[in-house]
Amino acid sequence: MNHGLKDRVAVVGMGCTKFGDRYEASKEDLILEAVKECLEDANLALEDIDAYWFGTFNSEISGVGLSQYLKTENKPVTRIENYCCTGSDAFRNACFAVASGVYDVVMAIGMEKLKDSGFSGLNWWIPDGDKTEPEIAAPSVFSVLAPAYAKKYGLGFDELREVLVKISEKNHYNGSLNPKAMFQKAMTPEQIKKSPMAAAPYLTVMDCSGVSDGCACAIIMRTDAALKHRQDPMYVKGVNSVAASGYCKLNIDYDFTSIIETANCAEQLYRQVGIKDPIKELSLAEVHDCFTITELVLYEDLGFSKRGQGWKDLLEGKFSIGGKLPVNIDGGLKSFGHPIGASGIRMIYESWLQFHGKAGKRQLDDPRLGLAHNLGGMPYMGITAITIVGKDLG
Amino acid sequence: MVGITSYGMYLPFNRLERIHIGQAFGKRTPHGEKAVANYDEDSLTMAVSAAINCIGTKGSATALNGVYFASTTPPNREKQAAAHIASVLNVDGHIRTSDFNSTLRSGTNAMLAALDAARHDEEILVTAADCRPAYADSSYEISFGDGAAAFTFGNHDVIAEYIDSYSVSYDFYDVWCSSDEKYPHFFDEKFSLDKGYVPFTVESIKGLMKRNDITQEQIAKIVIDAPSDRHAMSILRPAGFSPGLLQESLIKDFGYTGTANALLLLACTLEKSRPGDLILYVSYGEGSDAVLFKVCENVNNIGSGRGLDYFKNNKKNDMNYEKYLKWKKMMVFDPPRRMALTRSNLPDFYRKRKKNLSCQGSKCTECGTPHYPPSMVCVKCKAIEKMEPYSFKGRHAKLATFAFDYVAFSEDSPNIVAVVDFEGGGRMFTYLMDCAMNDVVIGMPVELTYRKIFSVDGIHTYSWKCVPSNH
Repeated sequence: MNHGLKDRVAVVGMGCTKFGDRYEASKEDLILEAVKECLEDANLALEDIDAYWFGTFNSEISGVGLSQYLKTENKPVTRIENYCCTGSDAFRNACFAVASGVYDVVMAIGMEKLKDSGFSGLNWWIPDGDKTEPEIAAPSVFSVLAPAYAKKYGLGFDELREVLVKISEKNHYNGSLNPKAMFQKAMTPEQIKKSPMAAAPYLTVMDCSGVSDGCACAIIMRTDAALKHRQDPMYVKGVNSVAASGYCKLNIDYDFTSIIETANCAEQLYRQVGIKDPIKELSLAEVHDCFTITELVLYEDLGFSKRGQGWKDLLEGKFSIGGKLPVNIDGGLKSFGHPIGASGIRMIYESWLQFHGKAGKRQLDDPRLGLAHNLGGMPYMGITAITIVGKDLG
Repeated sequence: MVGITSYGMYLPFNRLERIHIGQAFGKRTPHGEKAVANYDEDSLTMAVSAAINCIGTKGSATALNGVYFASTTPPNREKQAAAHIASVLNVDGHIRTSDFNSTLRSGTNAMLAALDAARHDEEILVTAADCRPAYADSSYEISFGDGAAAFTFGNHDVIAEYIDSYSVSYDFYDVWCSSDEKYPHFFDEKFSLDKGYVPFTVESIKGLMKRNDITQEQIAKIVIDAPSDRHAMSILRPAGFSPGLLQESLIKDFGYTGTANALLLLACTLEKSRPGDLILYVSYGEGSDAVLFKVCENVNNIGSGRGLDYFKNNKKNDMNYEKYLKWKKMMVFDPPRRMALTRSNLPDFYRKRKKNLSCQGSKCTECGTPHYPPSMVCVKCKAIEKMEPYSFKGRHAKLATFAFDYVAFSEDSPNIVAVVDFEGGGRMFTYLMDCAMNDVVIGMPVELTYRKIFSVDGIHTYSWKCVPSNH
């Protein structure tokens, strides 16, 4: 039985580095940059932290990957890896640790240093094995959703391209309002269309999130302690995660027009948290836009749009700033960048900024409830983690 | 009665028009095309394709007692291809396997050895395949092609009876390639013809005909392994045959396919033969074999439907010379900025050999759901260890979705990523080969093909991909 976390824990401080080509910064530099901001924000010292959950996909191994830099002594550090859900999963486990009562103050921190490799695009580490599986680059892994979506909902090639270009345009524009984003330049549809192919025929390089360096962290307490510490903590309404059985990858009755694990995870979480109409009740949603086609499908899987209608809602501006539910208001993976271990926590950081009136040019009027959706692995066999945070108790 | 019991051929989908070679070097070239193995094909994969066309794909092939592989271009100098092919065809285990190499005559050597075994009640599959490299701007580059043939020999349901053979062997240097070299060398053609090709083949032909008391008039067709039409013609008069009896060469449309050539010609002959025909088959290489077959009543009872006409029509010839050089690894490229490939885990590959080599998955005995790759827990009903083997070879399949991957490293970018849905259930993620991008559409029929996935540390990893199906 999954009982959920409703309001049992709360965030008391957060930090986030600028994401991007941080060639001047080492892993240690990135970690300290985020941690310093976070401690200052929380008005706490490093000694106050009882335990750490350190999310990194492939930049460090073992909890020692963190403790060696922070110089923590006599404290536990768990290294978390769960594909691109790593950040959310670090956050999730940190929440459980204080909810259980074993610890009082914990930190969830996600860090990734991807740019030093010089590789073009994300290089997936392939676990040892017979290596007969095709080596599919990340854009193509998700691109397979596009022709299937177009076919099922009767969209011509140009129509679907238009929709995807619009998503890219939206997220580039949002990134231009964010001083911490990797890409801070608005792009026109023409510029987006002209960029080189990544996964033809639907995805160009501009449809793909930016491989990036970065770090983000959060300090979490039980709610009663959080309220004693500051009067405006951010309450964790729920965190849920679903790992794939591989059903979609193995069975011909999955039609590649949705991410089943996300749909199931969202449904469970909304029920736990008591959300009946996400597009109405959420103030902002950070979703895993590793590729534009992913974001499109997520509108439907997260219940923002009816099946087959996501593209229409997007074109009507429902998910832009000023729309019914701004999606990826901070630029998303597309513009903010995607340092894998950090992304889940960065998504939560946007809600943190919004609730505290610190979102600058992106500031929403009266944000109350934020969603952060992470997706790791393949859309047909992956892992989803969704977090919902709120400004108010209850 | 001992003889041929089945046959099949395979010629690669991609063809290079000879005119492109001419344009590259500013010279005239003969008309026609060369069959060019794709970058993921080699002598072994082509042999498998020919074998499947010969014996089909239903479960384990007939009751084979042996699998032979003949090539002058095997993928390994040391590691048997025949054992690999036997595993792919799911006949490994209690079986005899052998590779025949080192000469253009090796396909015939394998055939004669198979016929010897057939005399003792054995059924042997012989595959012959070659992917011979040629120096750029050479005459051999113009004539060579890639291809494979497969035959079964036995003493039941024979379609062409083996009457007799006469072999001569001599050490002779006209074509050679040392173990530490890549390209074969050729000596002066006049020397080769006058002192080797003509005398050896005429000796074997005359020896055979005399011993069997046969005259030229009794022969319906003569199959000559000839690297050029000039070679074939040079034998006919001394051997006393009229040119009209000669099985037409495949060089113009496909190229000279090395050790596969003679057997491919024999297959073409059988396709058009009539019961009662006497076929004279002549090989060459450090000597010569002359073999006599008599076509039987049931010659037309077999065939995969993939004969010469199929391969003449099932092709794409828009490749240019640069693409040919790239696939033949005759150019040097900047390595991609991607993580280096690491080799296949050998114990894991061996544990999963049924999947990797013979495309076997599992099927849940509780709910009937097929699984690829095979699983221990049923993905549908969650039953644990209630699985039986399930073969995907030969099943009808469709393309469920696709992507053109411009980012992953490829020897011919973009890779076409394909999701293949099998009739009856089961789904495979793989690559779609031998298909133009414009022709890719969800729902199109596809079929499995055996290809090389990659090579690292001298280890060649093979498994299954798909191609468009036009059954």
